[in-house]
Amino acid sequence: MSMDRREFIKIAGISALLGITGKGAFELLRPGDLDAFEGQEGGAGLRKEDLPKIRWGMTIDVKKCDGQVVQKVRGVCDYLHNIPHFNNKKDEVKWIWGDTYEHAFADGANEYIDDAIKELPFLLLCNHCDHPPCVRVCPTRATFKRPDGIVAMDYHRCIGCRFCMAACPFGSRSFNWRDPREGLKGRKLNPEFPTRMRGVVEKCNFCVERIDKGQIPACAEAAPEVMTFGNLADPNSNIRQVLRVRTSLRRKIELGTEPFVFYLV
Amino acid sequence: MYDANKIIPGLVIFVGLMTVPIWSAMGRVVPPPKPKLDTPVIRELAEKKCVEGKEFMKSSHMQFLITWRDEALRKGKRVYINSRGQKYYVSLQNTCMKCHSNKKEFCDRCHNYAGVEDPYCWECHLAPRDAKGNEL
Ligand code: SF4
Ligand code: SF4
Repeated sequence: MSMDRREFIKIAGISALLGITGKGAFELLRPGDLDAFEGQEGGAGLRKEDLPKIRWGMTIDVKKCDGQVVQKVRGVCDYLHNIPHFNNKKDEVKWIWGDTYEHAFADGANEYIDDAIKELPFLLLCNHCDHPPCVRVCPTRATFKRPDGIVAMDYHRCIGCRFCMAACPFGSRSFNWRDPREGLKGRKLNPEFPTRMRGVVEKCNFCVERIDKGQIPACAEAAPEVMTFGNLADPNSNIRQVLRVRTSLRRKIELGTEPFVFYLV
Repeated sequence: MYDANKIIPGLVIFVGLMTVPIWSAMGRVVPPPKPKLDTPVIRELAEKKCVEGKEFMKSSHMQFLITWRDEALRKGKRVYINSRGQKYYVSLQNTCMKCHSNKKEFCDRCHNYAGVEDPYCWECHLAPRDAKGNEL
């Protein structure tokens, strides 16, 4: 497309005024480019058309989830990924956690749902959205989407601007206000996984380090009766069969981010 | 020039002060670092070879590690096939540091010598530890 200098400066100026930065600004300048960009990133040379032979997703059976399950999977994830613990809400770092129905489905996905379900704890984690707003706003491409659908992070590149935290409608991201090593003192560390440093954002990575070795995420392995992990691109996969027979909800679908965590009710 | 008698000595003093690090180190011999290769894992190796050749690793391990990082994180390529056709799992913490478990005597020696003390790898990556949990 052609654009003269005046037009460029106009859009750049307006974008700056509106605070549209990062890749979002590209979409104003060159519509359509961004979608290509999201599909391409990190794709072993693959383009969106060639994809997806693999699209990872997860189901969580709400009725089988209770406080114990929440505690168990959180413990597993916290150990595996050296996630720090701090004793106050503001500094909290969480990849997977339990929350109430009202918080999980703040939009009131179905207000007439069985009251018993509303009492249950909901396991929340990054949804590995198909159209992840966190990826769009990241000015350094520290957050990106892999061709298999995992929204991953390269902590080396995170500059801590926290745009992704503002963009994620699910609160899936935590900022390291404090040195995470402080919050790991006295705990057994997983020697195979790094920690993060102060000033970067972190979140669930769908256990990408395990998936690349052919294993399933640790939480799904620890609570197989509650969580199913699988390839949604394959019509015969375990997860597709679960979704065929069970009714499921997804969080905030009206926002169009296309979450890939399904809650079975 | 006005005030040449002040400006010129002033400049001489200034330049002298600025170059203190250079001439104060002149003639001082700093022995080159000897990174130690004696670790239990290396001792067990049949063929004492790094992932790539010694000279290459010496000069280019930093670029090499960046390539490893990008390939593993962004492309999910966690197996590296080296120039000898051998396969390695791509990981600083789980591959490099398994052999070089003596960080202080290996990494740090050269890094300190070259004035790149403490590259910030170790703010996130866990340095190898002994059985008591002390960093090696
Ligand atoms: S849940 Fe949030 S952090 Fe995860 S992919 Fe979606 S927008 Fe990004
Ligand atoms: S998928 Fe892995 S990283 Fe994400 S919540 Fe489960 S255990 Fe944690």
